[in-house]
Formats: sequence, C-alpha cells, structure tokens
Amino acid sequence: MLAFVVNRLLQAVGVMLVVALVAFVISNYIGDPINNMVGQDATHEDRARMRTELGLDDPAPVQFGRFIAEGLRGNFGISYQLKRPVSTLIAERLPATLELVLVAAVIALAGGVVGGVYTGLRRNAMSSRAIMTVSLVGVSLPTFVIGILLIYGFAVLPKSCVEGMHLFGRMLLTCAEVGAIALPSFGRGDTVELGSWTSGLLTADGWRHLVLPGITLSLFNLTLILRLVRSEMLEVLRTDYIKFARARGLSNRAVNFGHALKNTLVPVITVAGIQIGSLIAFSTITETVFQWPGMGLLFIQSVQFADVPIMTAYLVMAALIFVIINFTVDVLYAAIDPRLRSDRAGTARA
Amino acid sequence: MNRWILTTALAFALAAGAPAAEAKNTLRWSSQGDALTADPHAQNEGPTNSFNLTVHEPLLYRNRDMKLEPALALTWKAINPTTWEFKLRQGVTFHDGSKFTAEDVVFSFKRAQMPSSDHRNSLDTIADVKKVDDYTVHFVTKAPNPILPNQITQIAVMSKAWAEKNKVEKPQDYKNKEETYAVRNAMGTGPFKIVRRDPGIETVLARNAAWWGWKTAQGGGNVDEIVYKPIKNNATRMAALLSGEIDFVLDPPVQDLDRIKRDPKLKVLEIAQDRSIFLGMDQGRAELRYSDIKGKNPFADKRVRQAMNLAIDRDTIKRVVMRGLSAPAGLVTAPAINGYTKELDTPTKANVDAAKKLLADAGYPQGFSTKLDCPNDRYNNDEQICQAVVGMLGKIGVKVQLDSQSKTLHFPKIQKRDTDFYLLGWGVPTFDSHYVFNFLYQSKGSWNATGYKSDNLDKLTADMAGEIDAAKRNALIAAAWKQAKDDVVYLPLHHQVIAWAMAKKVDMPILMNDQPQFRYAKIAAAPAKKNN
Repeated sequence: MLAFVVNRLLQAVGVMLVVALVAFVISNYIGDPINNMVGQDATHEDRARMRTELGLDDPAPVQFGRFIAEGLRGNFGISYQLKRPVSTLIAERLPATLELVLVAAVIALAGGVVGGVYTGLRRNAMSSRAIMTVSLVGVSLPTFVIGILLIYGFAVLPKSCVEGMHLFGRMLLTCAEVGAIALPSFGRGDTVELGSWTSGLLTADGWRHLVLPGITLSLFNLTLILRLVRSEMLEVLRTDYIKFARARGLSNRAVNFGHALKNTLVPVITVAGIQIGSLIAFSTITETVFQWPGMGLLFIQSVQFADVPIMTAYLVMAALIFVIINFTVDVLYAAIDPRLRSDRAGTARA
Repeated sequence: MNRWILTTALAFALAAGAPAAEAKNTLRWSSQGDALTADPHAQNEGPTNSFNLTVHEPLLYRNRDMKLEPALALTWKAINPTTWEFKLRQGVTFHDGSKFTAEDVVFSFKRAQMPSSDHRNSLDTIADVKKVDDYTVHFVTKAPNPILPNQITQIAVMSKAWAEKNKVEKPQDYKNKEETYAVRNAMGTGPFKIVRRDPGIETVLARNAAWWGWKTAQGGGNVDEIVYKPIKNNATRMAALLSGEIDFVLDPPVQDLDRIKRDPKLKVLEIAQDRSIFLGMDQGRAELRYSDIKGKNPFADKRVRQAMNLAIDRDTIKRVVMRGLSAPAGLVTAPAINGYTKELDTPTKANVDAAKKLLADAGYPQGFSTKLDCPNDRYNNDEQICQAVVGMLGKIGVKVQLDSQSKTLHFPKIQKRDTDFYLLGWGVPTFDSHYVFNFLYQSKGSWNATGYKSDNLDKLTADMAGEIDAAKRNALIAAAWKQAKDDVVYLPLHHQVIAWAMAKKVDMPILMNDQPQFRYAKIAAAPAKKNN
C-alpha cells in the first residue's frame, strides 16, 4: 500500500511540473503586459526598464526556474494589474468560488438523484419523458446561454412589468408581486466575514444572489447525474436480487430505496467527485456571466491584461485541485477494492 | 425579507456614520473594468485617473467643454517664460480634516515625477516645484512651456502627512513585492471619500460634505453615495441596467443602444470623444516585410497613400460598422483640441476610380498585397473596422491580409515597429495638438511607426513646445497640421463617439474625455413608488 501511495505521489508531482511548464509557456505567448501597465505617453526607455525589473528579458529557462522556485514557496509574485500579491488575491476569491460550487453541487446531486430515481421507476410516464427532454436541453445548451436566459427571465423581465400585462398569463400577478420574485442578476450580495473567509450563505441577500448562478453552474451536472442514476436504476431493477427481494414480499419502498438506489450510487459518487473538481476549476464561465467575484472571474480578467502571475498561479492551482482529487480517489479505491492492489502487484511481477 | 433589507441598510447607514432617517441619493454604476489602483500616481490610465480624481483633486479641473477651471488652484499665470505661478485655494481640508497647503502640492508633484510614477512623462518639462508661501506654488520648467496647465489636470494632490505616516511617499514599483497601503486607501480633498474598496468587486464612496465646490459651478450635484461594481460581461451589465439594479453604465455595448433608448426608464448620452482612429503605413523602410512587391516600398509613394485614402468610405463605416457612433475624420485630432480646424477635418470622399488612377500612376496598376495589423479588444468595433477597410482597399486592387489580435500582442508590434500597416487610436489628454505631433508625427515619436521623417515637422513640433505667444504658437500648429495632412502620413478614419447609458432620474453631463464627474451628478427625487 505504501509503495502504491508513493508511486501515485510521484506521478502527481510529475503532472504538476508539466502543468507548470505549460502554464509558463502559454504566458510567454499571451502578449506583452507592459503596455497595459504604463500610460500611452511612457517612453521606450521606461518600458524597457520595466521589462528588466519584471525579469521579462531573462532567458526562458531562467524565468521558469525562478517561477518554480518561487511557486514552491507559495509565492506567485504580485499581480501586474491589481498590484497585490497573487496568493492574497486567490485566497480572497476562493470562498466565493467554493460557496458557489457547494450550492451547485448540492443542487446537482439532489436534483439529479431525485430526478434519476423518479424517471427510472416510472420510465414510461409522460412526466418522465418530459423530464428527459428538458434534461437534454441542460446537456446541450452552453452555460453562458443558460445564464443569460435565466438573467433575462428572472432579473430583467419581472422589472419591465407593465401593470395590466401579466407575465404568467392566467395567474394574474400584479407588478408588485412579479417584482418581488425578481432576482439579482450579478454579484454576490451582502457577505459576512468569518475571519479570512467571506460568506454569502449567512445573509438572505447572499442567498438570493446565489440562486441564478447556482442553477446555471449545476445544470450540466444535474442532467449528467440524472441520466446516470436513471440508467443505473434501470440496470439494477432488472437484476436477480431485486426480483428475489420482491419475491420475499418487501415493500416497494424498501426495494427501490434500500436495495436498488444504494447500488446505483457507487458510480454516481465516483462521477460526482470528479465533477466537483471540474466545477471548481471551470466555474469561469458562470462567474463571468454573473460577475461572481471568484477565482474564475479573476482568471478571465488576468488573461485580457496579460497578468502572467495570476494566470500561471490559477492554472497551477486548478491542476493541483484535480491532482489532489484524483489522488484521493485512487487511494480510496485501493483501500476499498483489494483487486486494484493485487492487480498492480500482478503487473509488477509480469 | 424586508426586515433583512432594512437591518442591513440600517447597519450600513450606521457604519458610514450617515445621519439616519434622511433618504440617501445613491448612485449605483458599473463599467467593464475597475480602476487599477487607488494610488493616484502609480498608473496613468483612463478609469484609474477617473476614480482617483473623484477622491483627490487636481490643481485645475476641466469643465463640461474641457476648458480649464479652478480646482485646488484659484489662479494661474506665467510670471516669466520658465515659471508658472499657481495661487491655491484656502480653507480646503483633506478627508481626515487636516488642512491643505502648498506643502501637499509640492509633495504630490515630486511624487508624480518619481521613476515609479506613471505620470512622470507628462511632467517631464518641470525642473522644480517650489513652495513660495502656504498658498503659492511656482513651477519652474526646463524650457518655456506654454501648455503646462493643460498637462497637470490628471495629477492628483494627496496629503503629504498621510503619505508619510503610511509610508507611501513613493508610488509602488514592481520590484516591491508587497502591496502598499496606497493601493486600496487614499487621502485627498475630492468631492467623495472612500468608504470601502474591494477592487474588482465593489467600491463605495460617500459625499464629502466639507468639499468646497458643492455650491459652485464646479459642483452642483446631490449624490450622497456612489456604489461602483464592475461587470465584465456586456450582456450582464445591460441586464443590470435594464432591471434597475444599477443607474449608470459608462460603456454600454454599441449594439444595445437602440434597446436602451426604447426603454422608458433609461436614456443614452452621446459625444465625440477626444480619440481618433486611423491607419498608419510604414513609409520609411526600403522594402515592406509583408508584401509581394520586392525592392521598393509602395507606401513610400504619396500617390499610393492618397489612393488608399480615397478608397476608404468613411460614411459606410459609420453607418454599417459603427451604427452611427462615429464622426468621420480628415484629421488625427478631434474637435475641442487646440489646433483643430473644421476645414482640415473634412473627411475625404470615397472615389474608387480616382484611387485606381492614382495607383496606376504610381506604377501599381494591378495593386499589391500587404498585411494589416489590427487590435480586437481596444477600440469600439476595432476588428470590424479593419474588416471593412480590407474590403474597401480590395476594390482598388490592394490585397490586404488581416491580422487581428489582442492589444497585448498588437501594441508591441507598433512599438517594435514590426508592422507595415496598422490601426491605432489616439486620445489627447492635454487637449493640445502638440501631444499628437510629439508622439505620432515627429521622427522620434514613441508611437510613430510610420518611419515618416520631416525635418520641418520636427522643428515645428519643437517650436510649438516652447512658444509662449499664443497667436504665434497657433500659427505653428496650423502649419504643422497642413503639412501632416498634405503628406498623407496617416489615413484618418473617424473620431470615436462614446455613449453613456443611465436611468432617466440621473442627470449627469457626458464628457468627451470619458471620465464621469460625479460632482455634477444629480438624482431626481423618486416619484411615489408603485412597485415593491
């Protein structure tokens, strides 16, 4: 087991080095930050001096070496754009992203499992077919389109209500009622500071701001989990032990939830674990659409400015999150499933 | 939920120390990008200057027509060819209550001249700034400088005592790996003071009730609180305006203007900016790098440049590409800038036949090929302008390959002079033509990638920098513009027209330097509320 862990750790370090190299190489092609850092009337000499100060003139291997050495100490330098240490900036933006991801993951898991079980049990009902059709939209529409549609539907439309013209047809809501359901279109709302962590989960305003981006970010994973649970349910419901369970006269509820659902959850947890990693790393688009002040937004802003320190730090961090999640999953598997360990031992002998 | 809102609002009101009960005029606004720093001298960039000059003040303001008017200085005059005397306003206090004196002015200008200041190039003619008495300052220049007052309108005055206390006597440089105190804090005399600043997320400013100018022509606004939240995505920024979450958008997307105009609660203001968009051609080198013509440089022939000038249909660009938001130009300088004349700015009418004839006369009856470098994230519709130009030049046989890239890749090409043909825009913060000649036309100008070199124009540029007599100086500028236009150094396209979108209840003049002045902003009392 120890050898297995050490082996995986070494692989992880290798992956991190490669990602660092790629991040570094990309940053050399993104363009020249100097023009964004000085006014248009700066002289050639000023620009050259600044380039030297930043070490942009050094040979690439020297720059890379410095980048790795500093990065190992957690020092990614100072942002060209915001003039603050990158590590501080990321630490400040991390809570916003993590809270958004948490909410999105809960929505995706809850909605996905409930919907999957429902459609799996009543696969021929009209309602199930409707859910499946709608879920196709969730998989196929790009995130930013979903986000903008939600903003339009829940932030802009309710506010452009004209008295006498009702949004929900026969429900005959007054404009005041429509206005009350309007949701904010951007930002994080009121936050509460808990030490170095800022939380939007403790204020009503914070929750209202979370609804639209949370749904947007979760939708793809919700449909993914929904479809996964459904097909697993259909699979499991056909197996012999379910038939035996029914033959023993167990209630529907015990069979469906006690036996069937439990057995569908193993692959679901695997997928969900990996998807959470991708939610953290790729919440960029949702954050941009909703001006959500997380790491993804910071990254997008830094790309346009050619703010190399933030870009590289973000890429390395995204890779680190994936590496950690994969490493944990690998080790957990090995702990749970002895076959994995013996398989490895087997291949080592061969 | 209402209770929640009430409690939070109350908490904020108490935190800000504002008198409770009274209704606050809050102006909530947004733009694409936040100010880069609250240090007023570290960065010379539009949104950053705009923010810092709301909290701080310069010696001189520009009024709604971009004319100079007193701010911290009451009067200013040249007492000899190399000395400008500024008499300062008395009784002004900083936000912490301390008194503003000549010491602060001397300190701020010296700070703005330090190597790590991004403003030092606009002050490079200043040899010394001297305090004469508490309310008199002398600016001694290296050579006579008639436009010094024009060059200092973006230089903020900060508190000397505060800077010393917080160890920010120098603007931050990049060798320093720490965040300095001035990145997020400031101490100025301006009409608004910082309550809270969370860069890139939210900035809250409160009215400085002690500001000297509220009852003068420089002020007049009634805003108590400004809440700024940058929104990067165009569609989201528009949605926030349409849903009433914000009251003012500095940079509404051009394609959404019609929709905003149709909204009964919103309005759009438009004005020609001090920024001109134009094309430059490398006419100095012997052979172009990116052309099928070898051994000679077609751009070196004035007839070729004239032909290209005739091929471009500026009205079509205005109508189709810019959706009306441009003023076709004949000059690389906009109205309101000293030296501008309507007559020279008359745009060339497109004439394909005349252009073809000129091209044939120049020895290129079949045309030639070239490459156009274009930014795609700097000016309004920049890439689309270039696409239109490519099509128009194609009609006279000039085959253009378009290379549009991010500004981070485009501008270095111009500075390294690694481009034969490029699009550029130029704004004129001093509102004087010298700034244009100095950077774009004189042979050593840092943004002159055309290789154009004229001893006469170089001399005119140097002379206008030092000529004190306004009439003589304007004659020099006129002569320089005539030559620049006759030589077809650049192909002017248009002056950019900017638009601001805001709620109808907000009354704030649009300014051609694209810097909102909240000291003017008025919010009309809300009508009796029907909704919520």
